[in-house]
Amino acid sequence: MTPVNETGDAAAAGAPDPAVPPRDHDESEAADVPRRKSRRLADSFRTPWTHRLVERAVAAVAWTAIVAIAFIFVFVAREAIPLLYERHEDGSFRLVDLFAPRQWPGYDAPVYVWQPVGTPEKFNVVPLFVGTLKVTVLAMLLSVPLGVGCAMYVSQYASRRVREIVKPVIELLASLPSVVLGFFALIVLASSMQAVFGFRFRLNATVAAVALSLAIVPVVFTVTEDALSSVPRSLHEAAIALGARKYQTTLRVVIPAALPGIAAAIILGFGRAIGETMIVLMASGNAATLAPFDPTTSVRTVTATIAAELGEVARGEPHWRVLFLLGLMLFALTFLLNLAGGLIVRRLHRRLTASAT
Amino acid sequence: MTRTARDRALAAATGLCVALVLGMLLVVVGEIVRHGWPQLSWAFLTDQPTADMTGGGIFPAIYGTVALTLLMTVAVVPMGVATAVWLHEYAGRSSRLAAVVRAAVHNLAGVPSIVFGLFGLGFFVLFLGGSIDDLVYGDPTRPVWGKPGVLWAALTLAVLTLPVVIVTTEEALRAVPRDLREAALGLGATRLQTVVRVVLPNARAGILTGLILAVSRGAGEVAPILFTGAANFLPYLPSDLRDMFMHLGYHVFVLATQSPNVEAARPALYGTVLVLLVLTLSLNVAAVWLRSRYRAALRS
Repeated sequence: MTPVNETGDAAAAGAPDPAVPPRDHDESEAADVPRRKSRRLADSFRTPWTHRLVERAVAAVAWTAIVAIAFIFVFVAREAIPLLYERHEDGSFRLVDLFAPRQWPGYDAPVYVWQPVGTPEKFNVVPLFVGTLKVTVLAMLLSVPLGVGCAMYVSQYASRRVREIVKPVIELLASLPSVVLGFFALIVLASSMQAVFGFRFRLNATVAAVALSLAIVPVVFTVTEDALSSVPRSLHEAAIALGARKYQTTLRVVIPAALPGIAAAIILGFGRAIGETMIVLMASGNAATLAPFDPTTSVRTVTATIAAELGEVARGEPHWRVLFLLGLMLFALTFLLNLAGGLIVRRLHRRLTASAT
Repeated sequence: MTRTARDRALAAATGLCVALVLGMLLVVVGEIVRHGWPQLSWAFLTDQPTADMTGGGIFPAIYGTVALTLLMTVAVVPMGVATAVWLHEYAGRSSRLAAVVRAAVHNLAGVPSIVFGLFGLGFFVLFLGGSIDDLVYGDPTRPVWGKPGVLWAALTLAVLTLPVVIVTTEEALRAVPRDLREAALGLGATRLQTVVRVVLPNARAGILTGLILAVSRGAGEVAPILFTGAANFLPYLPSDLRDMFMHLGYHVFVLATQSPNVEAARPALYGTVLVLLVLTLSLNVAAVWLRSRYRAALRS
């Protein structure tokens, strides 16, 4: 590069030539300086083309995340969509059977059954979604109070020193691999819970939900704690000035102000719980039963079904396609939940920072 | 109840939540350490498993996990850092595209891991690998690239851990003082020179944190590699990008659920879980420590 002058900054920052003309003017007054020389001078303030090239490449790489989301959708759909138009002449597979009950030969009434290895193969996804919902709701009943409680303690009551230990440790819980939690539920938790509660089935929805809540608590905690801590000090101070106690400030001022954040925490935790695979695969018993309100039966969730069955199926069979369709529905569901959760969090932040000024 | 009592009650109730959660963490880790520790030995870490996997060591699973995460790191770090650099150094505050990229990153972080498994199978193995086979070999009955292997599993995990690297790196870039950039630009450095020679070196700790977190996350995930390359048992170590591999997390899953004799497999199971746990937890503790250091720099 040529020596620096006061215009170097602007030129280097990618701005084109406007900084150059005055100098150009000066030099042309100094008589016959060839035109080319002034152009070379201008060039020297321009970002070299190699740098521009690298910058272009960086900007292109930034698209990766967008492309990844699009590709996940496209390439999961690619395996599932032929289900909609492929013809199954023997009538063994009908789309409507995915969602509606059907009276199969040998049954007394129309039923919802997931029995992919039976003859005929029965692919009704309703029991799977009921199973997912059952485990998820049970896990949320445990992890929302725990996560919100921890967040309240850490953001309102804990001293700075306690906070700086407790917060990272709870977040460390999120880094436990889900297969480790699944193992713990299967080998340790299931037996001890059966001994205490006398479950009929050793592996059941409740055991899976308890293990799952260990994975969900950090999600609920992190988002809630963030919302509670971003409530502006001025609100606290106003409440205290009015003579409010700590619990009154917390329950009637801080929590209401951060309520959207808590809602977002629940939504994001829910999305995480629906998509969790290894814990439910190992701890839920994996029987596709349809008993939505009995927490002690074994359940088979959507994720566990995909994980357990895809390895055994040949590509292109209806069973293969139905499993990808399950994945697609799962993706769509979590995508919407995450979108909603993210939107709420961003709005809340904008509102709280606006009211602080 | 008096107001003082209510005050104490709320503090006690929320404190109890913390105690419960920390207690559960302690029970999980404690139980694993208690039963797993006696299993650990040099032989356990360096030997092949025996054929029914109840005895021997877990070396192939450790080797496979390390190979997998190394490949994943090579793929994810440049992409994640480049994206973060673009978001923080190039895209303006009001950039529409940057907002979309950020939304995509947050959504990517929430995609269920089993869906990544389906994506890895559908895109990397069947589409990418299948297309290479079609173009180069032309024999669909004998796939060369179009089958599960360590490369495809690593790339799948790279997509999964991309948000971790992007978010952590961007936070680190935010911690680099503006003055440094302005000084570099003022000295006549181009924008790229400023980023490469001034901003990135100053964000080293943060980028390292992102890398460590990604490795820890990638090493522990099992669902994405179920169909993209993990193997129950291999009599050899993977030596080629197209080979399948054994994996600590998958080994835990197999030993816990598919072993013909669960009781006999239990010691090996506890040992494997402990190794996996030590690996992921120590990486995370390192990341937390590193991050607390540059967060302190950000505050001051």
